Amino acid sequence: MAVYIARRLVLLPLVAFGVTVLIFALLSFLDPAVRAGAFITNPNQLKAIDSVIRTYGLDRPIYEQYWTWLREVFRGNLGWSQTARMPVREAIAAFFPGTLELTFYAFVPIMVIGVWLGTAAAVHRDRAIDHVSRVFSISFRSLPSFVWGLLVLMFFYGRMNWFPPGRLSLDADLFVRSGQFHAYTGLMTLDALLNGQLWIFADALRHIAGPALTLTMISIALLVRVMRSSMLEVLGQDYVRTARSKGLAEPVVIDKHARRNALIPVITLSSYTIVSLLGGVVITETIFNFPGIGRWGAFAAQQLDIPGVTGFTMFVAALTVLGNLAADVLYAVFDPRIRLG
Amino acid sequence: MGLAAVARGVGAHRPRLVGAAALGVALAMLALAVPFARERVAQAPFAAVQGVLLVVAATAFWTIPSDLARRMRKNPLSVVGFAIIAAFVGVAVLAPILAPPPATSRDPYLIPQEGFASVPTPPRPGHPFGTTEGQYDLYYGIVWGARTAFRVSILVIAIAVAIGLVVGGLSGYYGGRVDEAMMRLTDVFLAFPSLVLAVTVVAVLGRSLTNVMIAIAIVHWPIYARLLRGDILSVRGRDYVEAARAAGAGDVRIIVRHVIPNAIYPFLVLSSLDMGLIVITAAALSFLGLGPDVGYADWGTLINLSRTWILGRPGEPFAYWYVLVYPGAAIFLFVLGWNLLGDAFRDILDPRLRGAG
Repeated sequence: MAVYIARRLVLLPLVAFGVTVLIFALLSFLDPAVRAGAFITNPNQLKAIDSVIRTYGLDRPIYEQYWTWLREVFRGNLGWSQTARMPVREAIAAFFPGTLELTFYAFVPIMVIGVWLGTAAAVHRDRAIDHVSRVFSISFRSLPSFVWGLLVLMFFYGRMNWFPPGRLSLDADLFVRSGQFHAYTGLMTLDALLNGQLWIFADALRHIAGPALTLTMISIALLVRVMRSSMLEVLGQDYVRTARSKGLAEPVVIDKHARRNALIPVITLSSYTIVSLLGGVVITETIFNFPGIGRWGAFAAQQLDIPGVTGFTMFVAALTVLGNLAADVLYAVFDPRIRLG
Repeated sequence: MGLAAVARGVGAHRPRLVGAAALGVALAMLALAVPFARERVAQAPFAAVQGVLLVVAATAFWTIPSDLARRMRKNPLSVVGFAIIAAFVGVAVLAPILAPPPATSRDPYLIPQEGFASVPTPPRPGHPFGTTEGQYDLYYGIVWGARTAFRVSILVIAIAVAIGLVVGGLSGYYGGRVDEAMMRLTDVFLAFPSLVLAVTVVAVLGRSLTNVMIAIAIVHWPIYARLLRGDILSVRGRDYVEAARAAGAGDVRIIVRHVIPNAIYPFLVLSSLDMGLIVITAAALSFLGLGPDVGYADWGTLINLSRTWILGRPGEPFAYWYVLVYPGAAIFLFVLGWNLLGDAFRDILDPRLRGAG
């Protein structure tokens, strides 16, 4: 197993290198004045774009340009984002905590409901709950996230006024910015608890509920189906029959013997789910006007803020690569049957 | 069993197909003969024609005799999926009749505008689904949007399959270093959530429908490459391939006669599941304002136009429900149809996967 994980770790820089080449190849479609944006660190440099082009050698051969660009990326200079009005690195630092928080509030219900519904569907195969889970799962697999998100906004905000868009209400936002509130982590709900401000916590939760509900429903379908088929496979195993035949109560057989083993593929899938949530936030945050990296990335793309888009994309790609690595490692650790090498 | 068999079956039983068509025509005439029904048809010709097409498609489907079709028919969900897709094909083909473009129109994909007022107007005769922001007729946009959806998904799949065939073919057939290099290449493309990479590509290339298609093809080809590579690897060591080789068959002949026929069904399953995904991604890009210009018949663009209006008026939260519900339902049904069909294909062709996914 150590060899397998080591091999994956060796490949990691290779894929990261490939990602930078791909991004740079896309950038090279643009003209030098636009590309110079990737090297600008403050708005004053925008006026002297010609000298930036010369300084960074954007009139030189393409491979030289690539190394210059890569060196800047490694130094952490991802350029100046017009849409965020700050350097890309700072924009990522500012927007990512919100996305992380949103991902967390979507991920927990996905796992809990997914595992529960998948188990129930497998245990009561071809009964009502199985059919419900099947219809549920194919419907939400077919419903685009932006249609569902707008429906959620229409009903839960427009009609019920429960889950407003944005991250905080006006009064809560004023309080957070007033200096009486210390931002420990950037995760609003956690910070509110650390500051002992329950009303801020409730307000932040109300705002996060809409986008989290949207992400949950869209991403849960796959988990339900995988849990169901994994559970069905386990229920057919000899050791489950043994457990039943020695007279164990059915709940014990399901919880202790079957479900634990059926969770193996779900554990692997969990890191994939996080990766897909990171893609999903682009749409969801845009709909709910939730200030995270997804909304910023989409806005940067609309406004042709190229440094913003590429910085956002490379950051998400880095997270995705790590997520996929985690999935492989988890798979190797939890399932001894996997052929390693 | 095979597509050829299905095709032969269709050919041999043409009379039944004619019967199905006749049933459809009869239904249409019946609808026009009954005054009450005629009124409804005039109000919502789209829904009426769709209903008729659904019946025709389902009946035609019922009469295709072959192993595959018989097993598909036993699965009610696949029948529903097939009917939905058949209805959309009908709408796309008949778009010029269902929603004739105005005589002055230079491009039928541009939705006619009834004035320039921004507030949407509710469904009424002449505008069965109402008009959305900018007075674009929703019914027209949805009918021609079906054509856009098919154009986008078919073209994207064609490009993705072509790249996938080349890369996956080289990778699986030559193995070794070539394989390693090709697979690392797919790793790079799979290192992005698909929508994120597509957003970047469109942002760099500039926003247009063509660039949306290019972006999605760039995102989707690695799956096909990997699938074909896996198939080639699994077929390479089989006895019948060895036998063919012993009999003197060359590389090309082995690929064309043995590898590709075995890989066709997984490709079919994957692409029918992919059709829905492609349309969702394309619509998502349009929704983010990266697709065609406002006024182009495209479901994602229509949903983008609805964003300002979904909260309704004060006291009437659902006042403009139609601007979201109609285009949303169109995308949902389209994707649902392909998913049902793809699931059924998979269940029939690969019993090991039954119930998964």
